[in-house]
Amino acid sequence: MRAKPALLTVAHRLAILAYIAFALFPLFWLLKVAVTPNDLLYSEGIRLWPSRASLEHFDFVLRHSAFPVFFRNSLIVSGSTAVVVTILASLSGYALSRFRFRGKYWLVTLMLLTQMFPLVMLVAPIFKILSPIGLTNSLTGLVIVYSAFNLPFATFLMQSFFDGIPKDLEEAAMIDGATQFVAFRQIILPLTLPGVAATLGFVFTAAWSELLFSLMLISGNEQATFPVGLLSFVSKFSVDFGQMMAAGVLALIPAGLFFLLIQRYLVQGLTAGAVKG
Amino acid sequence: MAYAARQDGLPAIRPPLMKRIADASAPYLYSAPTLILIVTVMLVPLALGISYAFRDVQLLNPFSGAFIGLDHFRALSRDEAFFRSLRNTLWWTGASVLLQFAFGLILALLLDRPFRGRALAQALVFLPWAVPSFLAGLNWAWLFNPVVGPLPHWLYAAGLMSEPGNILSDPELAMWGPIIANIWWGIPFFAITLLAALQAIPRDLYEAASIDGAGAAQRFLSITLPFLAPTIAITVLLRTVWISNFADLIIVMTNGGPADRTQIVASYIFTQAFKRLDFGYASAVALVLLALLLAYSLLILILRQWLLSKD
Repeated sequence: MRAKPALLTVAHRLAILAYIAFALFPLFWLLKVAVTPNDLLYSEGIRLWPSRASLEHFDFVLRHSAFPVFFRNSLIVSGSTAVVVTILASLSGYALSRFRFRGKYWLVTLMLLTQMFPLVMLVAPIFKILSPIGLTNSLTGLVIVYSAFNLPFATFLMQSFFDGIPKDLEEAAMIDGATQFVAFRQIILPLTLPGVAATLGFVFTAAWSELLFSLMLISGNEQATFPVGLLSFVSKFSVDFGQMMAAGVLALIPAGLFFLLIQRYLVQGLTAGAVKG
Repeated sequence: MAYAARQDGLPAIRPPLMKRIADASAPYLYSAPTLILIVTVMLVPLALGISYAFRDVQLLNPFSGAFIGLDHFRALSRDEAFFRSLRNTLWWTGASVLLQFAFGLILALLLDRPFRGRALAQALVFLPWAVPSFLAGLNWAWLFNPVVGPLPHWLYAAGLMSEPGNILSDPELAMWGPIIANIWWGIPFFAITLLAALQAIPRDLYEAASIDGAGAAQRFLSITLPFLAPTIAITVLLRTVWISNFADLIIVMTNGGPADRTQIVASYIFTQAFKRLDFGYASAVALVLLALLLAYSLLILILRQWLLSKD
């Protein structure tokens, strides 16, 4: 009778381990090839770890390639998008959470609608609109486009955080003579700081990963974001696997850091934007 | 003085006009920046894109732009590549959603049991979700590449392949490449949402059921599944729409090849706009995709109404 639960436990742990292995293996392999010196890459084939590891690919990528520029561009775009979206979404999320107004239903409907249609539809028209006003091949253009794309989801996310804070707090402040905006800024917003951090993290990660619009809108190396730079590198130097994977590892770093930051809020974030990755 | 007079004199009636206007407009002021951005960057281009579908818009041709009626749609009805991409979209979406959901559900059930190191295990298995999609695509493309990746060699060693080749260049198998990458990348999404739903099920229900002699399978079927059903329905439906539009992995891994075998409608639209710079035709295809997605959503709504009325 005792053997059965023990067996179940073992099976359970093995299954968990299998999932962990599946989740981590591709990333492990990325790292492994990135630290494999070129002369060992082909001779050692599919060994799990090279007999001699080196950081030469990272050194090359950081010093002799355009990747630091791509990295900086992506940081600027994702960081600015995250800040812009978080500010605007805390305002609109607050409106949805605290006010009853006639346009509310339409606002919510509009934002849900934007989550349902294929964004790839907008690739051509957005290019046509941004090109005459000089916002193609510009980081500002990308920030504007990404901000709009992320606002609906971020608004719902911020709304869910505001909903968790009792209304009495700002009512008390307003009885003491503060205007609602002052109450919002000085009392409610500080209480939602974890929500603000989570929104920053989600939006940053989404902007960092965006591919199609930056491929379409950016053409030169100067303004290329990381995905654009990496893909053009792949099509140009498709033999230099070590360097490509070293660049890939670098692209993973900011996303990984933000993942740690927002880990606690994953559930809330995914339910607020169930339609978003 | 005026202040004192008001205090003991007139009853406090309505607040002054300016204050009322300010109060009524407050929610609109809070949401205005968001609304303006969404309308100008999403709705206006959407309307413009719909108009492109009926116009001849080519980026490199300055004389294009004329209204051409339904010409694009006539061309579309004879476009073999488009119909292939439609079939591929069904295959890509169906296989991805089904497998992501199945593996996600199993993972959620595994993580629902308390064990030592659960927080760490959870962080590790959810990690792929944070990997940027372009990197997930490239990473899997490299794993499938016989020069640097182990997978072809393992498949060969297991006798599943006659030689260690790249499945991404095999027309029969190529679609499995992006699908596997998508499963890897999407399991966390289902696992996270389903786990949250699982943890909301009252535990005493299970205890009561075991006291009544219900076995594990019976408990799963009569407690867990009914409780999860709404979450499952919503996530699967929304995810279906989302994945059918998700072209990143395909564009990165195969670019629709070999011979259009992995081209889905979304990647076909992007290729038309990005490679051939034929914005008119791309928008016509996009309009068809939009119509299909709308039809799908309507079908779901009707199904839901029908199910509700049946109860």
